[in-house]
Amino acid sequence: MGAITLEHVTKAFENITVIHHVDLEITDGEFVVFVGPSGCGKSTLLRLIAGLEDTTTGRIWIDGADVTRTPPAKRGLAMVFQSYALYPHMSVYNNIAFPLKMAGEDRGAIKQKVEAAAAILNLTSFLERRPAQLSGGQRQRVAIGRAIVRQPKAFLFDEPLSNLDAALRTNMRIEISELHQSLATTMIYVTHDQIEAMTMADKIVVLNAGRIEQVGSPLELYRKPANIFVAGFIGSPKMNLLEGAPAETRGAKTIGVRPEHILLSKESGEWSGVVGVAEHLGSDTFLHVQVDGIGSITARASGELGLAHGDQVWLTPPPERLYRFGEHGEAI
Amino acid sequence: MARAVTAKRKLTFTVIGWLIGLTLFFPILWTILTSFKTEGEAVATPPSFLFFNWTLENYFEVQSRSDYFRHAMNSVVISFGSTLLGLIVAIPAAWSMAFSPSKRTKDILMWMLSTKMLPPVGVLVPIYLMFRDSGLLDTRTGLVGVLMLMNLPIIVWMLYTYFKEIPNDILEAARMDGASLGREILYVLAPMAVPGIASTLLLNIILAWNEAFWTLNLTASSAAPLSAFIASYSSPEGLFWAKLSAASTLAIAPILVMGWFSQKQLVRGLTFGAVK
Repeated sequence: MGAITLEHVTKAFENITVIHHVDLEITDGEFVVFVGPSGCGKSTLLRLIAGLEDTTTGRIWIDGADVTRTPPAKRGLAMVFQSYALYPHMSVYNNIAFPLKMAGEDRGAIKQKVEAAAAILNLTSFLERRPAQLSGGQRQRVAIGRAIVRQPKAFLFDEPLSNLDAALRTNMRIEISELHQSLATTMIYVTHDQIEAMTMADKIVVLNAGRIEQVGSPLELYRKPANIFVAGFIGSPKMNLLEGAPAETRGAKTIGVRPEHILLSKESGEWSGVVGVAEHLGSDTFLHVQVDGIGSITARASGELGLAHGDQVWLTPPPERLYRFGEHGEAI
Repeated sequence: MARAVTAKRKLTFTVIGWLIGLTLFFPILWTILTSFKTEGEAVATPPSFLFFNWTLENYFEVQSRSDYFRHAMNSVVISFGSTLLGLIVAIPAAWSMAFSPSKRTKDILMWMLSTKMLPPVGVLVPIYLMFRDSGLLDTRTGLVGVLMLMNLPIIVWMLYTYFKEIPNDILEAARMDGASLGREILYVLAPMAVPGIASTLLLNIILAWNEAFWTLNLTASSAAPLSAFIASYSSPEGLFWAKLSAASTLAIAPILVMGWFSQKQLVRGLTFGAVK
């Protein structure tokens, strides 16, 4: 079991409030991703759930029990840190065995569980090594091993992949997703990388300045962003947000159109512009187009497009793919 | 060409390094050599370096005139006692400052250090009177207490610096892994802080061993450590260089041997954080 409920949770450091009245329901077995820009409070929220920080007001429930004042050791959660936080003076075996020793399990059971975790994570041949003798990816796996070995109610991941290189990050992302499927345990994952959020999550919680902007499945957030912030944050390249005449004619303060939805033509369309930079990725082409009277718009075209710097191009936003936002940035 | 220049520079630096090292070591060497001379040879001009009548007479005389082992035992008790007591007080203090700092932690650290800026002689009279009235004059207990207090700011500062180097994430990981505060200290913090604690211990034993101001002023005979043992040879009847040197050699020998065997630990401790 690993159902977690946050009820009006607030956190202030001295006079600065970093988390504002957060309410959140996480059901058992869910993979929840907290995403947002740096300093939005996502790591603080995770640390509040872990018990590493005390809430200023509000309550936290795990499986129906109020754990607001329960120390981290007694919450039954496991955490994987960004810095791995392995014990440098212990072997890989002892690192993984540490939580079991703390739980007072007998040596035989510890050995069996450590070996089982090591087998899952491909660490069997490294059990006698010290963390300093491992690569970044192996260290991350030890940190995960230490977390899974005690069968916690939920796993908390604090930007676990940000210290790894791009290729390794993709592999680890898949490994963590597979782990979630095989263990079926609640996972809360903090990241600033919206690709990680979109690919891994059952449910994404978008945070901004200590407040939840929107909660929903990845595609819900992509299709129906609640406001400008979520619209701009989810999706890569970013949604084009336009103000002024094009928005006013559509009865909105701001309109948004995703680069991949814009229709491109060399002959005709709604907006005419000149290609500034064309980024050719092979599978896609990103065009940064300077449109008269509007500004820069990014458009994404599938495959290779015969357009280069200085070429004229026509852009048309399809009405059914257009997002409209009101005075305060709310979706209308 | 570049290689030749490098070799030449290397040689120059080696020579300069040796010269500085020998210059620093020379007074100790000279003290040791003088301790094996007769009083006449000790003051002879020009002084003889190695070719003199080597004798152990000064050592016998020093031992017969004043009890070396009693003084040495006092030094051991005072230096080890004050350092261990200091660690017992400083570890929790440094711990809370490093891992649970408050708004005033930096001020407290500065205030502690500022007590070292006061010349000890400035508080000699009040401390002497307090010692006299409480019957602590010429007692090991009194000296252990006063030397502990004198070195406490340095012990706290050193430990604080080492503890600050230990990433908080690792301690938090232990907490998440179900460790109580006691187990977190025992299994995670202590093993990681051992080098720092050990070098603090060594440095403070050396400082307390060589301390002369308080030991000379607050002792007479029964609690007198080796610093008082040396001082007793610079008497009003005149200086006896050879005997003074023998006394000094005997006084510094134990700490020199200890320093030699722990030099790796000391260097690591003193440069902690600087070379990582």
